[in-house]
Amino acid sequence: MDSDLSPQDRKDLDKFIKFFALKTVQVIVQARLGEKICTRSSSSPTGSDWFTLAIKDIPEVTHEAKKALAGQLPSIGRSMCVEISLKTSEGDSMELETWCLEMNEKCEKDIKVSYTVYTRLSLLLKSLLAITRVTPAYKLSRKQGHDYVILYRIYFGDVQLSGLGDGFQTVRVGIVGTPIGTLTLSCAYRTNLALMSSRQFERTAPIMGIIIDHFVERPLGNTALMHPCNYRAPGEEEGGAYAGVEDSQEVCTTSFSTSPPSQLCTSRMSYQTPPLGAVDVCHPTACTTAAHPHQMVVPGKEGGVPQVLLQPSHGTQADHGRLPSCPAADMPHQAPPSSCSSGDADVLSRSTEVKSASPSDAIETTFTRKVGAFVNKPTTQVTTASLDLPFAAFAPRAYDLEENDPMVHPPASPTPSSPLQGSLHSQSSSQSGGQTQEDFVMVDFKPAFSKDDLLPMDLGTFYREFQNPPQLASLSIDVSAQSMAEDLDSLPEKLAIYEKDIDEFDAFVDTLQ
Amino acid sequence: MNCRSEVLEVSLEGRQVDEALLSLLHTILLHRSTGKFHYKKEGTYSIGTVGTQDTDCDFIDFTFVRVSSDELDRVIRKAVTEFKDALGNSGSDGMGQISLEFYQKKKSRWPFSDECIPWEVWTIKVNVVNLANEQERQICREKVGEKLGEKVINIVEVINRHEYLPKMPTQSEVDNVFDTSLKDVQPYLYKITYQITDSLGTSVSTTMRRLIKDTLAL
Repeated sequence: MDSDLSPQDRKDLDKFIKFFALKTVQVIVQARLGEKICTRSSSSPTGSDWFTLAIKDIPEVTHEAKKALAGQLPSIGRSMCVEISLKTSEGDSMELETWCLEMNEKCEKDIKVSYTVYTRLSLLLKSLLAITRVTPAYKLSRKQGHDYVILYRIYFGDVQLSGLGDGFQTVRVGIVGTPIGTLTLSCAYRTNLALMSSRQFERTAPIMGIIIDHFVERPLGNTALMHPCNYRAPGEEEGGAYAGVEDSQEVCTTSFSTSPPSQLCTSRMSYQTPPLGAVDVCHPTACTTAAHPHQMVVPGKEGGVPQVLLQPSHGTQADHGRLPSCPAADMPHQAPPSSCSSGDADVLSRSTEVKSASPSDAIETTFTRKVGAFVNKPTTQVTTASLDLPFAAFAPRAYDLEENDPMVHPPASPTPSSPLQGSLHSQSSSQSGGQTQEDFVMVDFKPAFSKDDLLPMDLGTFYREFQNPPQLASLSIDVSAQSMAEDLDSLPEKLAIYEKDIDEFDAFVDTLQ
Repeated sequence: MNCRSEVLEVSLEGRQVDEALLSLLHTILLHRSTGKFHYKKEGTYSIGTVGTQDTDCDFIDFTFVRVSSDELDRVIRKAVTEFKDALGNSGSDGMGQISLEFYQKKKSRWPFSDECIPWEVWTIKVNVVNLANEQERQICREKVGEKLGEKVINIVEVINRHEYLPKMPTQSEVDNVFDTSLKDVQPYLYKITYQITDSLGTSVSTTMRRLIKDTLAL
């Protein structure tokens, strides 16, 4: 209840909270840019440095924050969250931490808005500066660049922590009581970075991940966009780019006394129809790790057996959605295992469709297929199947796009004489296949029905070893023209002999019948 | 009024002492410094802007934020270096503590000198260890970095309890609360003291000596 709060105080408080939220976002994002931040102290107040702290404003970040807030303020039940995630150059991504600015009902009626609340908000920002350098994501963000980048996403509404994996830790940065509620700033960060670090450098030995319907368009809302934290790297020399105050930015309170602050002017608030703060980035569900015993038999374009991770089709849309690769414990969408990172219901339903089309005894886990590092085409059709079904590649594939169906358009491979052989091509036989393994990096080949613990030489090894037998002499094509002529000449003689023995031949044929 | 007292303990290698202490002291001072006050007429004042600076440690996997003030940095570094030298020279087994004390001055009448009333004391206990090989040093680098991170979280937790802070002073009293000697920032009045734990018993006598000295100090 703010009946005790004067209108001016209420207005000031709202303004403080609004700018506090914006500055919070700036501090967090700037801390994840990967560079050291340095701002100058100034003994004379400039009127543009909120909370007496020199925090530069990156315009894009402010824009995103304002968009997410959409004219509202963090209030009870509506928190402002900044999510930091990591995305590798191969398209895998992982949520690292979520910073939340929340408000609860506990009010501090007697507190002075214009001074005490303001000072405590300033203190909280300083604490945020300190804590942002302490969480594990800071070190990761300092090393970002070639292998991975750090992305941020701002959303408003309910806090979503499910993407942080098991055992995430929470650190409370601080609280500030106000007459309308208590603001709490906290951070939940992932502790299980192990999967990330092993996958980071595994380019040639990919492990199973999550499949994604990468021919599905992802109709993401604006608020689902992830933004790179190194989009713009501020530095001292770029001070000009920031011009202290945005044209429409309000001048902040710099004068303190018992009388109300004097220099406040109205700002231009951007009232946008919110695309709904609660972004449902569809979190992928069951995620298989390398521990998964089964391997996939998937015919690829060149007829290989890829057991690979998926690189999402939108390698170009690097900002869209995420592909966490870690096992996610409390995923909200457990049902569609092959879901992708879009929050659209269409995607979910299509994923379910995919799932139901696969063989009934398909394993519950989902797979990703990784397109190799040197792929030109970002999209490659994949069909998945469970290993339990032999020749699974030829199971009914209602979900396939026909133009990419290897059955309809068999991969151009000179050696394989049957689609089956084509699909069971293994990497070691590339010389006989003659097909360049452009799209897939294949690892272990595990043929159907094979058990690898009975014989020293299992079926797969046998197949590989004897896949390239020498040509039969009679079929060899390098016969000289002269011998061909000789053959022709000897034909009449052979015919004469056969005619002589014709009775024998007839008797033989009779025995066969 | 009771003085709030917090103790932080760290175990580290000799070459890490400087950076570890700098990081913790600067983190505390970041929260206990404001911009310069500019008093205007009618009892109002405005506050300058505090800039911040990320500082990487060379011997520890850690980055800390400090106030952008070279003057303040020099003062803190000097104190830390003195402490480290004392620690090295004492021939002890590398244990000591450094204290950052925030106080208020209370003017007394002549002939008594001004009283210094501490309202917050941060004590950092240091234990220097010697490591045998490079591998241990590498592990120590990371471990100490993590430990310092925990200490920063502790510091932030204490500060955000919003317990006693001196009232904002009038222009005439500002020097009783704040250190106004720096050009660009204004920390609360503070002093840094240290004490080396030689062996059993000596620390008590040094503390007593210090107490007596402080009481009689002009």
